[in-house]
Amino acid sequence: MAEIQGGGGEGGKKGGKVRSKKSSTRIDMTPMVDLAFLLLTFFILTTTLSKPQTMEITMPEKPKEGDKQPEVNEKKVLTLVLGANDKVYWYVGITEPEAKKTDFSKDGIRKVLVEKKSEIRDLIVLIKAMDEAKYKNMVDILDEMTISSIQRYAIVDITPADKEIVRQTP
Amino acid sequence: MSKVKMHRTTPSIDMTPMVDLAFLLVTFFMLTATATPDEPVQVSIPSSVSQMPIPERDMIIISIGKDNKVFFTVDGQFTRAKMLKEMGQLYNISFTPEEESIFAVITSFGLPIQNLKQYLSLGREERKEIAQPGIPVDSLNNQLKDWVLQARLANPKVRIAIKGDDDATYPVVKKVINTLLDRKVNRFNLITGKEAMPDEMKAVAAKKPAI
Repeated sequence: MAEIQGGGGEGGKKGGKVRSKKSSTRIDMTPMVDLAFLLLTFFILTTTLSKPQTMEITMPEKPKEGDKQPEVNEKKVLTLVLGANDKVYWYVGITEPEAKKTDFSKDGIRKVLVEKKSEIRDLIVLIKAMDEAKYKNMVDILDEMTISSIQRYAIVDITPADKEIVRQTP
Repeated sequence: MSKVKMHRTTPSIDMTPMVDLAFLLVTFFMLTATATPDEPVQVSIPSSVSQMPIPERDMIIISIGKDNKVFFTVDGQFTRAKMLKEMGQLYNISFTPEEESIFAVITSFGLPIQNLKQYLSLGREERKEIAQPGIPVDSLNNQLKDWVLQARLANPKVRIAIKGDDDATYPVVKKVINTLLDRKVNRFNLITGKEAMPDEMKAVAAKKPAI
């Protein structure tokens, strides 16, 4: 390794002229490089490259007394109930619906949403989460709305009737 | 024939380019690094396809840990100090200027305001150790509501984000959202990680809505 050389190597020559040494002034850079790489490693490990994103949601205002709620055709309503263990139950309509169970995989709820979206014009999706549902499920389902570009959806409170439907679904 | 003398020079490599590069990278990482303050709660956030970056300033962040504890933070030292003063008046607790200045620089907290004074009197390390019970969000004792209100009064520009853990259960999330709705905050953000839009759905999502 290059270093500022001291008096080494000239021992063999006796007397003679005093020669100005022609050693190059090279500095041992090893410690500096060590430090540089240490810092580099530190900063690489501590930086978080993927900054979290945000998903903006707008909730409707809480209805006041005497507010008229818009009426919709129940055939256009797809209800999704988020249940325990990452399961989601879905049914169309409100009176005596036939609920089915699926999950959050690609062939699960997404397929249903795409299908229903093409089948039903002006589809309205109601998202109801059971108490056992996780926050992740809620974000996932909102994400699915974005992915399948469903425009009209709402997060609503679950009713005992929904719970009953879920309970009966195998 | 004389012997071929072997030169006994040590093989030395010119390290200058490597060092140049190393320092360049060090500089880059140093400048891009943002010191992340230690949060009292670890939140593993769910991912979504949303591409919207989080505003860096004027944010209220309500964290929900995986044990369903609620934590609150807002940025801006001035905002925090003013908010604490107002909250103290509301709950009849007087905070000293020292406590206010400590509060202004700490990160998120998750305790009832009644315990806050004691918490602020602790040392830096002790504050890290202590287990925080979470901010009460029940309908009888909803302090989150007041924190949100006071933070918005102190800094009218703030936006609200919810940073929930994957495993936080829905009832708590609902309580937090209802608290916001009670305060007429209808538009808020959910902080999520990045996730790629599935390829087969890109065409669907890109299509303009037919409304």
